[in-house]
Amino acid sequence: MPKTRVVEIEPVTRVEGHGRITVHLDEQNQVDEARLHIVEFRGFERFILGRPLWEVPVVVQRLCGICPVSHHLAAAKAMDRIMGVRKIPPTAEKMRRLMHYGQMIQSHVLHFFHLCSPDLLFGFDAPAAERNIFRVIETNPELARQGVLMRKFGQRLIEVTAGKKIHGTGAVPGGINKNLSIGERDGLLAELPQMLQWARGAVQIAQDYVTEHRALAESFASFNSSHLSLVREDGALELYDGQLRAIDASGNIIFDQVDNQDFNDYLMEEVRPWSYMKFPFIKRRGPIDGWYRVGPLSRLNCAGFIDTPEADQAHQAFKAFTGGQPNPMSLAYHWARMIEVLHCVEKVERLLHDPDLQGTDLIAQGERQEEGIGIIEAPRGTLFHHYKVDEQGLVTFCNLIVSTTNNNEAMNRAVTQVAKSHLSGQAKISEAMLNHLEVAVRAYDPCLSCATHALGQMPLAVELYDAAGGLVEQRVKA
Amino acid sequence: MLLIGYGNPGRGDDGLGPALVERLKAMDLPGLSLDADYQLTPEMAADLAAHAQVVFADASREPLPRPKLSPLQPRPPASFSSHGLQPAEVLYLAQRLFGASTQAFVLAIPGREFDVFREGLSAPARHQLQLAVERVLRMLSEPEPDKGRAD
Repeated sequence: MPKTRVVEIEPVTRVEGHGRITVHLDEQNQVDEARLHIVEFRGFERFILGRPLWEVPVVVQRLCGICPVSHHLAAAKAMDRIMGVRKIPPTAEKMRRLMHYGQMIQSHVLHFFHLCSPDLLFGFDAPAAERNIFRVIETNPELARQGVLMRKFGQRLIEVTAGKKIHGTGAVPGGINKNLSIGERDGLLAELPQMLQWARGAVQIAQDYVTEHRALAESFASFNSSHLSLVREDGALELYDGQLRAIDASGNIIFDQVDNQDFNDYLMEEVRPWSYMKFPFIKRRGPIDGWYRVGPLSRLNCAGFIDTPEADQAHQAFKAFTGGQPNPMSLAYHWARMIEVLHCVEKVERLLHDPDLQGTDLIAQGERQEEGIGIIEAPRGTLFHHYKVDEQGLVTFCNLIVSTTNNNEAMNRAVTQVAKSHLSGQAKISEAMLNHLEVAVRAYDPCLSCATHALGQMPLAVELYDAAGGLVEQRVKA
Repeated sequence: MLLIGYGNPGRGDDGLGPALVERLKAMDLPGLSLDADYQLTPEMAADLAAHAQVVFADASREPLPRPKLSPLQPRPPASFSSHGLQPAEVLYLAQRLFGASTQAFVLAIPGREFDVFREGLSAPARHQLQLAVERVLRMLSEPEPDKGRAD
């Protein structure tokens, strides 16, 4: 048995949540495979059983402190169906959209400006002491300040639509419980020109990075895959509602315009013994070939166009970069993410000028159903909420497929590819090499606590195993 | 003065910070701005800059006899995760990015039950919550320069 050596380093996270990467070497010291392990136990789907349906949109926000709004809205959409409501009033839908765009803005901005910007600004190989948010603040305080204020704008949108910051109650089964006051509207409108300017700048930074580092982007965690997202009936990018579309690596349609309620006919989940996180796949293609990616990259690959002018122009440049073919590069997630921020700011501007937001018809009624599915494009990708209730309106079944779970196979492939490129045959595993692994995972902006929702916490650790299965090296959070 | 209460109300006594905010909000106190969240977030730095004083109110696992007010010094964040931003780091961001000269404190409120999935506070925590309300009221009533004297 080889001697185990433990090396402690600075926190290697800058992803939301906790996990573990293991790298397995063969007898020639080449990387055989790498795995991203989610080792925490998930129990939320049982926790929700027996709760009244009216509570669900509020209770599910406890799933995650990072993206509670996504769960709130996905659950509300599912409960709309259980209430027999196919179409909520225009005021309700527009208020929910406003809330959702606020969530998108704040989440994407945090990731880009604060979690991944050290990698992009200083390089993956920079020493850990040089590659952190502190250095971003010191060397580029204006960029850091923009990130903070854009997040603040997104949070303000959430607050005025959800009613409060914690456990918002804005979305209720069948609609919404408040409209937007003129005062709230005008306060947000006053900030919009600045937000638009900063969003344009962020797109440029991300586009320039991928363009200037094309060789790196094409070789670093870049691989062909299918892509899945919601799209509008006309094929436009759609973040709040729409039908499911899946495309293959060449852009051919696998399925299109699939109704939310029918997703189980097209997707399945596989369990693997080494992870609490499931592995979803497209039924028609089977568990081996049916895996797919979700999130900003996949949404821009699936969408035919974007219905706001500046984001659409950016989308065209994004598509042209790969000759109209789906973009396979993990590092392009950052570019796609910022195009979505620009789109959301444009959408917010359009909505704030819409008098429907001051409407008073807030909730629709229908005939109670026993089952409902709500699907939404959360910041990290497609999010599925599926519930059944009994005659008393108590939840009897709950299945959630969160965005990070949809990207499970893709993240594992990204980790394996990077490990093979950067760790194979190396005599010593440097911190910079290990950071390459994390950069690959970080591109997907995973929320590991969401994907398993665990009791307790575990830092992200990276472990190296030899061909005999012995632990050669381990790097864990200090 | 700004008081930020943070913690997870779905994890028993970890919700002491937000519970304090709820109690103070009901009292509608002049000169006191309130904010509550699951965790500290970077945009709170901008809010700090608009206030002369800030109190970060959080549940504490330390078995204190009563809530404890301590002065806070800024500290740069070494890494960044919205799961792990600390009061000293928010203060640093406020100073570095927004030129804040805010006087900052941490109010540690002792709790008893944290490892539960439950809304609501334990009986000992409810008692400490009342003491925390009284501590904030005393702080607000103190004249300068005694205002905010640490425990």
